[in-house]
Amino acid sequence: MSIKHGLLALLRAEAKYGYQLRAEFEAATGSTWPLNIGQVYTTLTRLERDGLVEAATGDGGDGRSMYEITDAGRAELVSWFETPVTREARPRDELAIKLALALAVPGVDVAAVVQRQRMATMQSLQELTRLKRVSADGGISWLLVIESMIFAAEAEIRWLDHCEAMLSRQHKPKPGQQKAAQQIRSDRHQTDAGAKR
Amino acid sequence: MTTTILDIRNLTRVHGSGEQAVHALRGVDLSVGSGELVAVMGPSGSGKSTLLTCAGGLDQPSGGEVIVDGNDLTTLSRNAVAALRRRRIGYVFQDFNLIPALTAAENVSLPLELDGMRARAARKYAEAALGEVAIPELADRFPDDMSGGQRQRVAIARAIVGERRLLLADEPTGALDSDTGEAVLQLLRDRCDQHGIAGVLVTHDARHAAWADRVVYLRDGVLVGQSGPLPEADVLLETH
Repeated sequence: MSIKHGLLALLRAEAKYGYQLRAEFEAATGSTWPLNIGQVYTTLTRLERDGLVEAATGDGGDGRSMYEITDAGRAELVSWFETPVTREARPRDELAIKLALALAVPGVDVAAVVQRQRMATMQSLQELTRLKRVSADGGISWLLVIESMIFAAEAEIRWLDHCEAMLSRQHKPKPGQQKAAQQIRSDRHQTDAGAKR
Repeated sequence: MTTTILDIRNLTRVHGSGEQAVHALRGVDLSVGSGELVAVMGPSGSGKSTLLTCAGGLDQPSGGEVIVDGNDLTTLSRNAVAALRRRRIGYVFQDFNLIPALTAAENVSLPLELDGMRARAARKYAEAALGEVAIPELADRFPDDMSGGQRQRVAIARAIVGERRLLLADEPTGALDSDTGEAVLQLLRDRCDQHGIAGVLVTHDARHAAWADRVVYLRDGVLVGQSGPLPEADVLLETH
């Protein structure tokens, strides 16, 4: 997603100033997606160039201009809400890549990588749950955003459990890999010793 | 500074002996303070439930110490452990373990009556406990006439009635749908926050474990990881 569609959505009802858009964006997403004012103005400039918003006649008196949505902008917004988000459109999952590489490169303790990640993700899940508890009356849109992150963290932990179960069934180290593991361990010893010196 | 309510030191539990010996716990250390909720996670067979039954005096450890509210369960007589269990330790199970022939209030007052309290006094405590779990109106209802969530509330009321210091919950949400499960977690959390009870929750559900202050991870009878305690809430808010 884009900040672009978020701003269009906030402009749907009425014209607004940039600083207003920033505050409303953060309020709607429960500050889980902080924006800086520069991002807001860059995005507005691009939207204006593409004919999706235009500068409104009103002016705060201090030189800042208001923006309003155009018909093309409304059409873009409708199409955004109507189109499901595709998983392919999201950034590549660094964790999956890390685990795949941990398996591919001999000598990495994959179980330890999984366990460390599990506890780190668990900690985020605890923090999100606390955020949910303290903001139970913070409005439905914030809660939805927090829940979305809670579900994602929970899914990651379940996936890690699954990886671990698969690994313990299938991953019996071959003699060559054990040798490589020893090699990496001895490399590490030398590095540590070097660091100490 | 919180008081330590449960202090487990180098706890071991071996089932059987010789070649067949199963080492359920191999030297576990765990401290839980007043007002703290700790979740125990781990794959099946990792020793989670054994840890909980040893902490509650329902199982005898093979080695180590289990200190509850200053009393080492491993050195007490059976009767003394039973008395401590009735007065200080509350248990919540996945399948509720309510007695079907008794009403909610009778189920809740049972541990007090077993401890020698008169029925009328015990009933008062039971009604107060049912009020705290928000089902005072169900006092005279039988378990079979309640929903799963209501039964679990009765079980929690039984676990907190009187002056309990330690609340042990083994998969308390296992038989409940997710919304009811969350409500049960909220209830356990409130007991710890508002009444200074120490809670230990065994669960396989990360979403539910996340209600705890700390989550410890058990594998093959050994604690292999911990997350939390969380930074203070105001610190967290400042960074947002």
